[in-house]
Amino acid sequence: MRPLPPDRSELSFTDGKPPLSPLQAATEANRCLYCSDAPCIKACPTGINIPEFIRKIATGNLEGSARTIFDSNILGQSCARVCPVEVLCVGDCVYNALGVPPIQIGKLQRFATDAALARGPLPYAAGPDSGRSVGLVGGGPASLACAHRLRRFGHRVTIYEARAQLGGLNVTGIAPYKLPSADGLAEAEAVLAIGGIDVVTGVSVPTDLSWATLLDRHDALFIGVGLGPDSRLGLEGEGLRGVMGAVAFIEQMKLGQVNLRGVQTAAVVGGGNTAMDAVRELRGLGVPDVVLVYRGDEAGMSGYRHEWEGARKLGVRAAFRRQPVAFEVAEGAVTGLRLAPLGPDKRPLGVDPELLPAQLVLLAIGQGTLGHLVEGLDGVQTARGRVVADAAGRTGNPRVFVGGDCKNGGKEVVNAVAEGRDAAVAIDELLRRAGAEVA
Amino acid sequence: MPDISANTAGIRSPNPFWLASAPPTNSGPQIMRAFDAGWGGAVWKTLGQPIQNVSSRFGAIPWGGRNGVGFNNIELITDRPLESNFREMAEVKKRYPKHAVIASLMVETREEWKEIIKRSEDAGADGLELNFGCPHGMCERGMGSAVGQEPTVNARITSWAKEFATVPVLVKLTPNVSDILPHGLAAQAGGADGVSLINTIKSIIGVDLDTMVPRPLVNGRSTNGGYCGVAVRPIALHMAAALARDPRFNLPISGIGGVANWQHAVEFLLLGSSSVQVCTEVMLRGYRIVEDMIEGLEGYMRKHQIETLDGLVGRAVPAYTEWGELDLNYETVAKIDANKCIGCQLCVTACHDGAHQCIHPNPDGSLRVPIVDESECVGCNLCQIVCPVEGCITMEPVDNGYAPATWNLHLTEDAALRPKKGSH
Repeated sequence: MRPLPPDRSELSFTDGKPPLSPLQAATEANRCLYCSDAPCIKACPTGINIPEFIRKIATGNLEGSARTIFDSNILGQSCARVCPVEVLCVGDCVYNALGVPPIQIGKLQRFATDAALARGPLPYAAGPDSGRSVGLVGGGPASLACAHRLRRFGHRVTIYEARAQLGGLNVTGIAPYKLPSADGLAEAEAVLAIGGIDVVTGVSVPTDLSWATLLDRHDALFIGVGLGPDSRLGLEGEGLRGVMGAVAFIEQMKLGQVNLRGVQTAAVVGGGNTAMDAVRELRGLGVPDVVLVYRGDEAGMSGYRHEWEGARKLGVRAAFRRQPVAFEVAEGAVTGLRLAPLGPDKRPLGVDPELLPAQLVLLAIGQGTLGHLVEGLDGVQTARGRVVADAAGRTGNPRVFVGGDCKNGGKEVVNAVAEGRDAAVAIDELLRRAGAEVA
Repeated sequence: MPDISANTAGIRSPNPFWLASAPPTNSGPQIMRAFDAGWGGAVWKTLGQPIQNVSSRFGAIPWGGRNGVGFNNIELITDRPLESNFREMAEVKKRYPKHAVIASLMVETREEWKEIIKRSEDAGADGLELNFGCPHGMCERGMGSAVGQEPTVNARITSWAKEFATVPVLVKLTPNVSDILPHGLAAQAGGADGVSLINTIKSIIGVDLDTMVPRPLVNGRSTNGGYCGVAVRPIALHMAAALARDPRFNLPISGIGGVANWQHAVEFLLLGSSSVQVCTEVMLRGYRIVEDMIEGLEGYMRKHQIETLDGLVGRAVPAYTEWGELDLNYETVAKIDANKCIGCQLCVTACHDGAHQCIHPNPDGSLRVPIVDESECVGCNLCQIVCPVEGCITMEPVDNGYAPATWNLHLTEDAALRPKKGSH
């Protein structure tokens, strides 16, 4: 994999939630009630046995603690930092009902997993060679989780990744105050350390390599290609300097450098979590004035409330009930955004659009889907651009499985990990059954 | 305002809180600071032929992120010259005439006892405490618990002390015996004016897993020490109460062992001690803890409208009885307050694995409030113990129609017993 450049824009950020010291971790771990059939476990998409790993921190069994985490979630280190714990495990901690601060599960998970990765290889060995092989298309969290579990089952694995490096959004898309790209990459490498995972980068499927070739090479396929490029508004001038998709902008910041010279005001269009990240990141990169432009009300945003609170603390402004209708342009670059006021039903009020001067406009109104990539793959259906599959990732083609954003339409890293892991179990069932039939 | 002044065997103090003979009473300046903080009395670090100590001397058991739920030490008696100790004792008594200063003593021969008692009284000691309890080091030299474990030796040396002393004599008993009663009675037979108990419990506090040497580490080796701290309080309460409730035992008691706050102190008072001695909590948190102990005791007495300590001492003793005198027909079942339950289900696990499998997850999967099968609940109250929410699980009496009946009554008068629950 290609190493990351040393002078990345994201390096100007510091850790938003600094790691716990051993004393802080022990004190927090000792507060955990060790609930039975705990709500926090149920809130975790990967079902990590949270009370158990916390108890092991309290007893000083850090190795066992990390193993409890990794058994359920091999990307437990990045999930510890990027999971929206406020609405998952921490949100369901029984202490909330008592008015007592809930256990800081994310921070404790980071404590255990950071220590484990610092110590050396993860404690997993590949299973005995099954003689079977699986091709994984896409190298993000879903495929990494799938690959690792498949290796534990003893199947041979090849990952095909279009980019120069593995890790997917964990490397290109996570807010740098949560997880810098180098850490996401190091975690991907720790997953590969189980051995026997071939990685082919710089290859796009099906343009560079056809589905037929892959089906020929492998006994089964897993598709974890994620989402496509940022959606566009469809307005004139969108291709000019100063207008970018938010995901593309974040990737540029994570892997290289963004140029914000002369940007006094930046507008971010959208109300989801990409928009939340983008406004905070722009403030962190030193843009003096950052405005979130959203069609609906504050309460209607799909972005997490705690993220928006964080953005507001950084001084981010909001323009609610506003629809961009035109770009202001001068000398081939954007200088502003025309915003049409909307009513509570998000319909235009019919009054004159307002001008929001802005030297940078980021579009965070969703991402395209990649369902079209599977056209021509026998039996695989798509719906609204997503690849259709059952809970275990089985598509209409018995040899093809899917997981992650291209299946769920865009959820958390932890959902992708769960889906990749569960697909590996389904693939293993298929390959064992097929093996039995051959025998 | 309740009167909390105390009197144990004629040793008077402004309150019942004494510092036990230990590192916090090693010197006059320390004891004067303790009196300034509010302590009512101090039992001086045991005086005798000054010894040489080791490094290190203490070990502690952490629990719940805090150190010291249990504690042990291998320190011996004073290592300071007797002249210094007695000079400082006289100074303390001069400056704090109303506070109790008790000289803890440990020597071997009759002549030595005679001399050290005289010097203690000359220094102004209000009382003497004979250290027959130290379970490490000194007992290897025939003193401390070596004396306390032999009733005849205990009685003999106590009688020597009484022969020479004009101030009250307390005998400090060791818990390292199978039954405390003969040892309390031996002190009484020797003429003691009172007893204090418990001294520390013979123990190994733990093993250092890196060096594979027991703790505390003394250059690659260790030895058994004296166990104390809040973890030992149940043992101490039992031993003090065992003496208090026996009709043959008539001496005042100064209670010691695991007192860390006013509630603990009140427990000792209720079980028959007229003063309490504290060491470990002071070592861990300082003399300052006494302020809360005084306020807490006064508040408790106000709440129960008790004017003087006499109204408190021994109040729980009559309720302490034999198992055979307990009512077998008294029945309780656990009730879970659904409004207070936070759904941790710790009671489910505890009941299933540690009790009688009668608390179950709610059959309605959307609810996390467990249900109690009252037909199987034996009223053991394990669920109440593991519940993290105050007042959420209560043990409610059940009217089963049976008249009270003890095992003893059942044996002697064939009293009817209710059907057993949970025994199928």
